[in-house]
Amino acid sequence: MHRFAVLAKQTVASPSCKGPGGCRNERRDMALQCVASLVEGKPQQQRSPRLTCSGRKELVRWNSAAKAPAVKINEKTSREKILTLESMNPQVKAVEYAVRGPIVLKAGEIEKELRKGIKKPFTEVIKANIGDAHAMGQQPITFLRQVVALCTYPDLLDSPSFPEDSKKRARRILQGCGGNSLGSYSASQGVNCIREDVAAYIERRDEGIPADPDNIYLTTGASDGIATILKILVSGEGQSRTGVMIPIPQYPLYSAAISELDAIQMNYYLDEENCWALDVNELRRSLNEAKAYCNPKVLCIINPGNPTGQVQSRKCIEDVIHFAWEEQLFLLADEVYQDNVYAEECQFHSFKKVLYEMGPEYYSNVELASFHSTSKGYMGECGYRGGYMEVINLHPEIKGQLVKLLSVRLCPPVSGQVAMDIVVNPPVPGEESYAQFIKEKESVLNNLAQKAKLTEDMFNKVPGIHCNPLQGAMYAFPRIFIPSKAIEAAKAHKMAPDLFYCMKLLEETGICVVPGSGFGQREGSYHFRMTILPPVEKLKIVLEKVKDFHIQFLQEYA
Amino acid sequence: MAENGLRDKVLSLGSMNPCVKRVEYAVRGPILSRAVELEEDLKQGVKKPFTEVIKANIGDAHAMGQRPITFLRQVSALCLYPELLNNPQLPDDAKKRARRLLAACGGQSVGAYTASPGIEIIRQDVAHYIQRRDGGIPANPANIYLTTGASDGVMSTLKLLVAGEGLSRTGVLIPIPQYPLYSAAIAELDAVQVSYYLDEERCWALDVGELRRALREARQHCQPRVLCIINPGNPTGQVQSRKCIEDVIKFAWEEQLFLMADEVYQDNVYAEGSEFHSFKKVLFELGPPYSATVELVSYHSISKGFMGECGFRGGYMEVVNMDPAVQQQLSKLVSVRLCPPVPGQVLLDAIMNPPSPGEPSYQSFVQEKQAVLSDLAHRARLTQEIFSQVPGIRCNPVQGAMYAFPRIQLPARAVQEAQARGLAPDMFYCRQLLEETGICVVPGSGFGQQEGTYHFRMTILPPTEKLRILLEKLSQFHAKFTQAYS
Repeated sequence: MHRFAVLAKQTVASPSCKGPGGCRNERRDMALQCVASLVEGKPQQQRSPRLTCSGRKELVRWNSAAKAPAVKINEKTSREKILTLESMNPQVKAVEYAVRGPIVLKAGEIEKELRKGIKKPFTEVIKANIGDAHAMGQQPITFLRQVVALCTYPDLLDSPSFPEDSKKRARRILQGCGGNSLGSYSASQGVNCIREDVAAYIERRDEGIPADPDNIYLTTGASDGIATILKILVSGEGQSRTGVMIPIPQYPLYSAAISELDAIQMNYYLDEENCWALDVNELRRSLNEAKAYCNPKVLCIINPGNPTGQVQSRKCIEDVIHFAWEEQLFLLADEVYQDNVYAEECQFHSFKKVLYEMGPEYYSNVELASFHSTSKGYMGECGYRGGYMEVINLHPEIKGQLVKLLSVRLCPPVSGQVAMDIVVNPPVPGEESYAQFIKEKESVLNNLAQKAKLTEDMFNKVPGIHCNPLQGAMYAFPRIFIPSKAIEAAKAHKMAPDLFYCMKLLEETGICVVPGSGFGQREGSYHFRMTILPPVEKLKIVLEKVKDFHIQFLQEYA
Repeated sequence: MAENGLRDKVLSLGSMNPCVKRVEYAVRGPILSRAVELEEDLKQGVKKPFTEVIKANIGDAHAMGQRPITFLRQVSALCLYPELLNNPQLPDDAKKRARRLLAACGGQSVGAYTASPGIEIIRQDVAHYIQRRDGGIPANPANIYLTTGASDGVMSTLKLLVAGEGLSRTGVLIPIPQYPLYSAAIAELDAVQVSYYLDEERCWALDVGELRRALREARQHCQPRVLCIINPGNPTGQVQSRKCIEDVIKFAWEEQLFLMADEVYQDNVYAEGSEFHSFKKVLFELGPPYSATVELVSYHSISKGFMGECGFRGGYMEVVNMDPAVQQQLSKLVSVRLCPPVPGQVLLDAIMNPPSPGEPSYQSFVQEKQAVLSDLAHRARLTQEIFSQVPGIRCNPVQGAMYAFPRIQLPARAVQEAQARGLAPDMFYCRQLLEETGICVVPGSGFGQQEGTYHFRMTILPPTEKLRILLEKLSQFHAKFTQAYS
């Protein structure tokens, strides 16, 4: 019997868990269990989102922070809470997000201890868990910050210390804002002139393939766009519930959004032996299996890959588009790392461009949403929460629905919209800031390329670590050999083996990376994701430390 | 395959998420789309009976010409472009705050992600602010979550709360009239909306008897678990008395309801004799068992008050008496979106931690703040006065918030005419108003109202002189409309 069928049976077999409070008497147990148990990882487990209380073990997976207070609620003076683990939204409970999960909470605790003067075998925690360039010391692009500052405090437009080209952009954007202020709501879809700039940028990028500003929606980071599109797509009950195909390993925003929406996650595996390439046969396998228990409707692609760093070939993208066309799947192309391509032989091809080049049968039919962000690339402006999505072939009525849905949240943060504008409308040759802008941009990108190579090379020198080339994005996702003794030790601690490994790494070296189980991986294989963002010298030290740790770990559990 | 050679869409009205389809948000609904079209027409030189479209549909102060508070923008600009720390034109108190905020950002940059609940020191500043506001009742930074505007916080809380199927599906009590974020969120989450009516005859007061009625009826078909309060009211502008808040809290305790207090207009109280009381403060002053058990989340925002910084999407929520295990779930949920926009967090901090007496920006800050608030108070009175003089329009006092929600009498023929066109009668009215005067207001049907009554919501944000003209145009339109359909 298929795994999903088993899960479905279990769910049906636990009617006591249907409604809020259905499992109330299990609650003390659960609270205690939360306190007592350690994080339990289940590598690449597929989950039926409809599991509620029968999935009790799942509940403890976010537990590293569920500390003693969880027990207090049962003191006799207090009444039963209205909102409890049992009565809360089960889909939200099922959400997991490893990039900011237990290991990161632990890192935060260790940082606090260091500040208090508690002795550790290291002096600082290095958070290599998340693609947060500025936190790792990358300097902001001057021009971008100048324009944002001018828009925020327009008195500066009189200041001689700002270049004319930044003022020109600020004036234009302010004119597009109600009352000439960043403080007014923008249109729900984003400031008009910024959407026009995005469309013009896409046209340039895609060598003249037209982009329509009406198809551009500015977003609160790419995550917001992805969650919004998925929200519109999910429908049906039982076997007709929407299935969403995602790569494994994946960026856990996808699995989290799927849980929250109670959609069905359909895994397709990237081929580690083949530089994490996407293989259409694997897509087909995944689709055929899923058809038995859900209605596969969406195919998500991350290119360049996160956490896997591969850059898809043009041929591969064509195959994917053909597959989506054939199987009538809605395509989601996460292209937030489009500026982060390092390998000589690789080039970024947008899904939009390839779609158009494949001819009218494809470009007038295949529904596509692609996503970009201010958080990655050479700018790394994560805190602004800026981004956009472009939709192709969206039904006009659905566009109306999309705008309506977005309008409830009023608008994306306007300073993030401004930051996005600078990414798509940077200084051009002849403008005052051009030379400095290019210099800063190239310097970030060259640096990243150097670090990508360095990381790959150093990891591959370590016995028991194998690392595919980092063709793009911002992460290494090396495969690590974990000895069977260590696997047993992890089991004794109720942890996924790679979580056990990463916890030890953190405790012994202060380096915080995310276990592969948070992204999904082939059963029996173990990985971690590490950003390549620390400055070169620091990165070298980090890699040395990881190497020493790994060798010692192998010895300890040999 | 359709006739034109195109295949059927994967995503269509028929196949989309039915909950999303049910969402409605009148504040930016069809009436606004039409207003935007008219604006375009005017730009193209098309002749209209007016020369500009006035968007009085939404509480967007800066769009109506309100100036930003200088100090807030200085602190923000300094954080966004730290080179300005060397600029002698910016005051030291702004620089001091910017330095402190930057020191708390990863890599000293607002471009880094923050912790998912927001920057730690800003949460501390929020807690201090709440403590000062509430006369010393303690606030714990660990219970403060910074948000992407208040809407985001409301949505996250509701998301946690909705569960069950059929008769056990979560019911959410909301006022009618309401701010349609609530009905939209309830639709999206497939929860059950439970309406309780505010009493228009008594200045839109909330009556616990009515809460009880709504609850009793709802228990037949769902499991009511949440009670939403908007104070000061949106769109209704009433400010709740302390007594009323006490009654609501006791009711929530008795009936085991989770309280959500939307207090984004807490700085916008204009009427003599009205005062803002936070639910948190009243809850703690009621003492045990209430203070130890009633689960409460309250919301604030940088979009309203005297600052009106809507575009920055900043805000916070404070959770009280939340199950710690659930609070972990909340932290997890917000972490998926990484963090609220940092420029909004920074701006919020400047509001929580404004210049104090003796600091260089103190005077101008207080002056700017008072100017905005006294202007608003003046406009609130003016709006009510002018509306009250129009036969067929009745307007309760605008005690707080930023809107008038007058009741309009529509002639029977107008109602028939509207029905013939498949429009709600007040939508028909508002459309005509827009077409003839360029004034964009939102029909009462978008907020909910007692059956057979009609209203619209209009902001009081246009500058006083413009507001006066607008109100006069509206009065004339109303007279003309009444005549045309009588």
